[in-house]
Amino acid sequence: MQYTISALVTNRSGVLTKISGLFSRRGFNIESLSVCNTEDPNLSRMTIVLNGDDYTLEQMIKQMDKVIEVKKIMQAEENESIFRELLLIKVSAAPEIRNQIVEIKEIYKAKVVDLSPESMILELTGEPNKLDAFIRVIQPYGILEMARTGVTALTRGEKCIKDVASYEDIIM
Amino acid sequence: MKLSGADLLITCLKEQGVDTIFGYPGGAVLDIYDALYRDGTINHVLTAHEQGASHAADGYARKTGKVGVCFATSGPGATNLVTGIATAYMDSIPLVAVTGNVGLNFLGRDSFQEVDICGITMPITKHNFIVKDISELAEAIRDAFFIANSGRKGPVLIDILKNVQTQTIDYEPIEKMTYVPKQISASNVEQIARALNKAERPLIMAGGGIIAAEAEEELLAFAKKMGAPVAMTMMGLGSIPSSDALSLGMIGMHGTHASAKACLTADTIIAVGTRFSDRVALNRDKFAAGRKVIQIDIDAAEINKNVSVDYSLLGDVKVALQELLPLIEVKDRTQWTNGCIERKRDDVVKAPIEAYKILKAASKIFPVDTPVATDVGQHQMWTAQFYPIEFPRQLATSGGLGTMGYGMGAAMGMCYGSGMKKTILVTGDGSFNMNMNELSTMVTHNLPIVILLMNNSVLGMVRQWQKIFYERRFSQTTLQKKTDYVKFAESFGATGLTIASEEDIVPVLKQALAAEGPVLVDCKISPDDNALPMIKPGQTYETQIDTME
Repeated sequence: MQYTISALVTNRSGVLTKISGLFSRRGFNIESLSVCNTEDPNLSRMTIVLNGDDYTLEQMIKQMDKVIEVKKIMQAEENESIFRELLLIKVSAAPEIRNQIVEIKEIYKAKVVDLSPESMILELTGEPNKLDAFIRVIQPYGILEMARTGVTALTRGEKCIKDVASYEDIIM
Repeated sequence: MKLSGADLLITCLKEQGVDTIFGYPGGAVLDIYDALYRDGTINHVLTAHEQGASHAADGYARKTGKVGVCFATSGPGATNLVTGIATAYMDSIPLVAVTGNVGLNFLGRDSFQEVDICGITMPITKHNFIVKDISELAEAIRDAFFIANSGRKGPVLIDILKNVQTQTIDYEPIEKMTYVPKQISASNVEQIARALNKAERPLIMAGGGIIAAEAEEELLAFAKKMGAPVAMTMMGLGSIPSSDALSLGMIGMHGTHASAKACLTADTIIAVGTRFSDRVALNRDKFAAGRKVIQIDIDAAEINKNVSVDYSLLGDVKVALQELLPLIEVKDRTQWTNGCIERKRDDVVKAPIEAYKILKAASKIFPVDTPVATDVGQHQMWTAQFYPIEFPRQLATSGGLGTMGYGMGAAMGMCYGSGMKKTILVTGDGSFNMNMNELSTMVTHNLPIVILLMNNSVLGMVRQWQKIFYERRFSQTTLQKKTDYVKFAESFGATGLTIASEEDIVPVLKQALAAEGPVLVDCKISPDDNALPMIKPGQTYETQIDTME
């Protein structure tokens, strides 16, 4: 199973090392991890996609919650959250096949962000499975290189991660 | 008032009530040691090795409940603390380790005696700080003390760059932050109380959390009202007096028959401040199968981590027990309780080994509240089994990490923490040889520590496993040392004594008790004695063995 976890962490050097160290030490298998700034300059937001079972999910949230720099943590539930990922993909695109690639990118609403005589960079945003599908279709044309940002997520509606009670709130 | 970083550190430590520090000076902490010298009010104990300082701070914390403090310089000084920090981390002991580091101009350039001690200690500290600017120093120190001694306790490291020690800043005193555990939601408490009231045959498993939360009175009241016997993990020894009728002694790999039987026949296991480690649960899937398990713990991550539980209560165990007590219905469980108590006769030792005789005699000759530290191995299990621990904070032993070499430092910390009470260290010849350099520290400070060296000339516990699992191939467990421990002790300026036969036990122990300063007692015991009973790793409580044949 894949689970997505959102966390607000103190924006300090070393926090990422601490979190990734925790994952390797406890044997948590991570699909992706993205870190970004938030509306509060003191906090960063981490979005983690975990491969595992319910036990691993529970342990990961609880173990992360104990890290002093982790201020808030929650699972981004499948049906209540918006998930997005950005893909940049460089495809070999000789002039004679360029039109076919443009046709595909139209269907997926991707953008051409760079064009050179023999290659093209496409940009696509969406849920990870949309990116997967796009990559599969583009594959036969020859992928030169690609970069995905990893998933980032927000809960729908007014509910915010700030409102979640943390472990510290419960015991102190 | 303007203070240098070094003076600010000393001032903030005093703000936190620190009166004793264990440490070792060096290049990157010269300013700190200068500030300590000029202040002159804090008792600094100079150990022989930084590892000794870290274990001493740990022993001091275990004895007093206060945060233990140790100092070390950068590089090797800092890495020498690592084992002590890890030991404290595994046993949730509040510790603040202060290290110096090279100045900001030199940081990250592989400078002399530079290591990334924050990186190294990340997985073995509750939290750590690298202070690169003096504006962050006071807050880091205050936070470190709060973090170390609140919630689930643990070690915190503060790495202070050399330039920070000499920068100056205005000092503003702040009152020490105190940790007040939160009340637990009433509905959760009621739910647990209902489950407890349904229990026919309840068994309490008390762990180190009872000691950490100082919940011994609450535990005893709870056990009495429930009519539930108490089995203690090694970390929990002292949570109720071993002489109390309800005490079934230690539970786990080398636990008592009484606790194992109670565990097998109970219908409800109430785990309080314990984490079902593999040395207690052994087989985590089968340990509590078919029984209701209720877990009370301060650490959410411990709930369901090793053993899946039916009910859990998250919070300080003292608060939890206080809130549960009025909701417990008095129920007649005397048949169950008495049955458990009667089974304690299975633990009466029929053929006592020498260590048993020595430890029993010591417990009768020394005052009942004598602080006891151990090292790690067979002697540790024998102490846990045979030495009656009557009080919380009476025993300091490395449970989680199993650190051989822990004892010498820990005994010093216990001794200081108890206000210089006569302290016993039970050690083995393997463990003792790891940090025996600290005997010099004990002599320098004339510490009243009696070291009972269970000298069997082998690494007894490893050898015991080689007997069981490796067809008696004693690979590297026979110590061919020619050390004369009496001469060794005397050359350090300590008293050296020998127990070579049963007749020696009482007079030698009496002599050790009467002697001034540290005493090393070379107790010559058989290499073939075993720590029994035993349950093999991964096995269930039905398979407890009493003999190695």
